Amino acid sequence: MKQGFDGRDIISIKDLSKADINHIMNVAEEMLPIARGEKKSSLLNGKILATLFFEPSTRTRLSFESAMNRLGGNVVGFATSKATSAEKGETLADTIKMADAYSDVIVLRHPNEGAARLASGFSSKPVINAGDGAGQHPTQTLLDLFTIKTEKKRIKGNNIVLVGDLKYGRTAHSLTYALAMFNATLTFVAPETLQMPKEILSYLKESGVEFRQSSSLENVVPDADVLYVTRIQKERFPDPEEYAKVAGIYRVDPEMLSNAKKDMIIMHPLPRVDEIVPEVDKTGHALYFKQAFNGVPVRMALLSLVLGAKK
Amino acid sequence: MKELKVQPIKDGTVIDHITAGSALKVLNILGISKNPIATVSVLMNVRSEKEGKKDIVKIENRELNPKEVDKVALIAPNATINIIRNYSVKQKHKVSLPDTIKGIVRCANPNCISNLKEPVEPVFRVVSKNPIKLRCYYCEREMEDVAGNIV
Repeated sequence: MKQGFDGRDIISIKDLSKADINHIMNVAEEMLPIARGEKKSSLLNGKILATLFFEPSTRTRLSFESAMNRLGGNVVGFATSKATSAEKGETLADTIKMADAYSDVIVLRHPNEGAARLASGFSSKPVINAGDGAGQHPTQTLLDLFTIKTEKKRIKGNNIVLVGDLKYGRTAHSLTYALAMFNATLTFVAPETLQMPKEILSYLKESGVEFRQSSSLENVVPDADVLYVTRIQKERFPDPEEYAKVAGIYRVDPEMLSNAKKDMIIMHPLPRVDEIVPEVDKTGHALYFKQAFNGVPVRMALLSLVLGAKK
Repeated sequence: MKELKVQPIKDGTVIDHITAGSALKVLNILGISKNPIATVSVLMNVRSEKEGKKDIVKIENRELNPKEVDKVALIAPNATINIIRNYSVKQKHKVSLPDTIKGIVRCANPNCISNLKEPVEPVFRVVSKNPIKLRCYYCEREMEDVAGNIV
């Protein structure tokens, strides 16, 4: 059943159909001139966005705020849980009820998995998940898809290589689910210990999605259309020695790219550490900063859709 | 003549067809082992035509309510619940796992919001009945060790 966007919560990429995702991307494309500041808009004039960030974030929070401001709306909120009532032991449910009373749409980042789903149960206003612990981060996935689509014209048929921490990386998981919907060909590059979880691989098999696994990045770069690099997250390793074994195992540098297709693009959800050397930034392959910019039009699209300003 | 190892009960509940070896877990789930309010007979590894071996639990003077029946389904999916009144079976039903489980199991993910002091009951979707696999409504993690996470 087709579901409208007005008043809808955006919690997990799995809640969205392929048609929903395509619609969001189309609206995001319309938003591009406004996102760049070339055109003014008052689409969300008089609307208030509450950004509740219980965990630090640079890109996600700034791009949501930029998106709301560009559309003529206003923003209230906090960027850290310090100095909020949560520090005094207030439940998330109570904080959400308060934000519900003060705003028209809520964007939430929280260290606990499932926080956004819980919030949606206590808010009459739409809730957008901006990351819940190691759980979901659907707006990142949407901007990743939007980036691939705008650069490659279509998602289907591209060979997309995901590299890095595929075991714990929520970005890699959500993106894989979404790319499966669009029939992309997938290649997973990770050391044995950080490969894609079994349940995701079995989901791909059941869905008939073509994929391969490798531990060598050099071997798969030549036929990649998109190289999606993720950071190996130190905080996920209980044992520093285990981290040391895999840290810096994949490093994208200009030499490695000498065999790449000319129009191959490199993406990264950022922040990066040393998995892409700065010299790569100057090459035509580097797309990660444009990808970060794409967070603005995609979040503009989402805000205007869930607030009913766009159909 | 059939050999009767345990006497029939007058009133109460008989849980039959429990997966062999699981009877004590069933008692745990029902909180009976901690709170002995009734006479309970446990038969383990009883020969059964259907299952080869099964466990049976007889609880005197206590009729299980549906919420408790759900709990049993999580650990003994083939169990039948017989309500006994005056030595005869008044109600018999095979436990069946509902599509949604509320408030019986806690999420195995310690970082799940449902494990914090929030005014919500844990909620799970049953993604597979055999083997039992539950997906947390909140954190979306799948959980197989259901027995170890019964509230």
